Amino acid sequence: MNEEIKPSPSKVKTPRQKMPEQDASARTRNFQEVPFGYTPELAVREASRCVQCKKPKCIEGCPVNVSIPAFIKLIKEEKFTEAARKIKEENSLPAVCGRVCPQEEQCESFCILGAKGKDQPVAIGNLERFAADWEREHEGFIIPEMAKPTGKKVAIVGSGPAGLTAAGDLIRRGHEVTIFEALHKAGGVLVYGIPEFRLPKAIVQAEVDYLKKLGVRVFLNRIVGRSVTIPELFAQGYGAVFVGSGAGAPQFMNIPGENLNGVFSANEYLTRSNLMKAYAFPDYDTPIIRGTRVATIGGGNVAMDSARTALRLGAETSAIIYRRSRTEMPARAAEVHHAEEEGIKFELLTLPVRIVGNDKGFVQALECVRMELGEPDESGRRRPVRVPGSEFTIEVDTVVVAIGNLPNPLIPDSTPEIKTSPRGTIIAETDTGLTSMPGVFAGGDIVTGAATVILAMGAGKASARAIDRMLKQ
Amino acid sequence: MGNKIIKKENLAKEVVRMVVEAPEIAAKRKPGQFIILRVNENGERIPLTISDADPGAGTITLIFQVVGKTTMLLRDVPEGGEISDLAGPLGNPTHVDKYGVVCAIGGGVGTAVIYPIAKALKEAGNQLISIIGSRNKDLLILTKEMGQISDRLLVCTDDGSYQIHGFVTDVLKHLLEEGVHIDIVYAIGPLPMMRAVCEVTRAKGIKTIVSLNPIMIDGTGMCGGCRVGVGGESKFTCVHGPEFDGHQVDFDLLAKRLRVYPSEEEKARSSYQPKPK
Repeated sequence: MNEEIKPSPSKVKTPRQKMPEQDASARTRNFQEVPFGYTPELAVREASRCVQCKKPKCIEGCPVNVSIPAFIKLIKEEKFTEAARKIKEENSLPAVCGRVCPQEEQCESFCILGAKGKDQPVAIGNLERFAADWEREHEGFIIPEMAKPTGKKVAIVGSGPAGLTAAGDLIRRGHEVTIFEALHKAGGVLVYGIPEFRLPKAIVQAEVDYLKKLGVRVFLNRIVGRSVTIPELFAQGYGAVFVGSGAGAPQFMNIPGENLNGVFSANEYLTRSNLMKAYAFPDYDTPIIRGTRVATIGGGNVAMDSARTALRLGAETSAIIYRRSRTEMPARAAEVHHAEEEGIKFELLTLPVRIVGNDKGFVQALECVRMELGEPDESGRRRPVRVPGSEFTIEVDTVVVAIGNLPNPLIPDSTPEIKTSPRGTIIAETDTGLTSMPGVFAGGDIVTGAATVILAMGAGKASARAIDRMLKQ
Repeated sequence: MGNKIIKKENLAKEVVRMVVEAPEIAAKRKPGQFIILRVNENGERIPLTISDADPGAGTITLIFQVVGKTTMLLRDVPEGGEISDLAGPLGNPTHVDKYGVVCAIGGGVGTAVIYPIAKALKEAGNQLISIIGSRNKDLLILTKEMGQISDRLLVCTDDGSYQIHGFVTDVLKHLLEEGVHIDIVYAIGPLPMMRAVCEVTRAKGIKTIVSLNPIMIDGTGMCGGCRVGVGGESKFTCVHGPEFDGHQVDFDLLAKRLRVYPSEEEKARSSYQPKPK
């Protein structure tokens, strides 16, 4: 790196360094990643803002307790690869987490710089991403110290964040690890759900390749619950099973017109575009409706991803329809901000009541009603109530329903030994992920319902520790 | 690592039978279940019913009609060649029970789907009357195989070029008029045929099961693309089906949902150039 660039002297206050990104008008016409990442200069400058607290609060805010001040110090010292390896002691997917973790609610919300209110917190996520990208692009992954083979076999169901994390931790502890993935590509929601412009698929592939290099076997096209059952896995000699099958069952609103052509679950819309690369049709064979007027129903990150995908597929207008107000929106502020910059319209306090179609069965319009906020509901958020007489119609040709997912029922249905909650989630011990079936652990969205990548990773780590203990007994 | 094509033959014009290496699926599959395949890296995922399986040899049999780019690609994979992905078995197996007299109706390539189901129902001790039909003689498939498992087999063609002249529904109506007793009907074939059979049996109060083939992606309940209307509710064909009570199915909706991508399908089909051998 450039020798003459020096970190700013610590006494001079350096503002939080912005990450350069694609211009909004350019990026809505491509699927390339929006932020470019820090340059080494920006990273060092940002790292120099960290005051190296004696009792760092940020670590407490991280679900997997990454040694945040330590890795930031390494970046400041321009030891970028060492910084990445420091993160990897706790977090096996830093390039992913640096991009998709809600740092503003976790580590960064605990940063002392932000706490004083006068300054902004250290950009921990951006620095994590920088270090991970640096290692991957400049040094490559190293094989860490591996425990002696134990001869024990562990089956991991699903190759999303929970499964990948559990697999990485278990192989390092000396166990034989096999991942069973239902789709034709490993990565789970990281490949079918999160778009390329937010998480390049090459990064996920690099993480999967790394695990393979460590010796993890990855079986694709294996649907546990259909191709093979959990009792059969035990019969095949697996000593433990970790279920990280995710929250992959889309919810619909149950309003008239939801089965019209042009109405997609966000899962279908994003899977077509991301996993199947429908945006590159006809080079790829899977088609997608390239709507000109698209409405996405929902206010979470998945809704933002869908609305922004619609723009990139050529939509003239792409709107978010959300029944509460902006304050209640579950999406990350950064995602909402990116969506706004790109020209996504926000129809807040709006509830769709009917989708209208033409005689060929294609979407024509969305009938909505305005809402106002009433008393708080069980989630603590103010309950939206209909404003009488406020019905109105939006002309649209595509509707994406992004109102959340239920747990995928394939495993619970095929494994009655595993107890589930009334919502269909698998019941598992908090600290270990142990389910009601001996030897079977579960974590991630299948246990919590739709949540975040890092929480799923935290659960994968906890289960890996518990499985290791059990197998070594 | 893909799945190897062991054997490939034409059963009729643009109807291909393929024996594919898939030991785990062969060991596991039950009648009525399907697989999802992807021919190559850029390919789409399509569902196909498993027509037969040989667990000993570790193979499954797929029968398909060449209708679009993906089935063209599949047709052109040579014996000994591989398809890149094969996942299954998917969907719920047929509920095989002793009903008494079962009438199995197969239309066109649907006969390939009805065959394993009819076979299982026969093996369960049912009396099996089979009706198979197609547009003309050249498109008929599995007449010999269906004959071997059926107590009575009736074959018809729309143009009268082979055996009975008429539709499968005409044959079914005729049987019922003759006073033949039928406890349950399984009808699988083109959507208008299944709908027509359901109209005939509805009037007579005969339970009728159909197997649906909507557009699908993952086949595990994740995308919801395969939703169909059954008894006024939305069902996912991949996890709730593929077999449903035909009298409850909204065939109009299914017909429309099968026509989501007509121009894209045409574009893909017309631009397809088979690789020179």
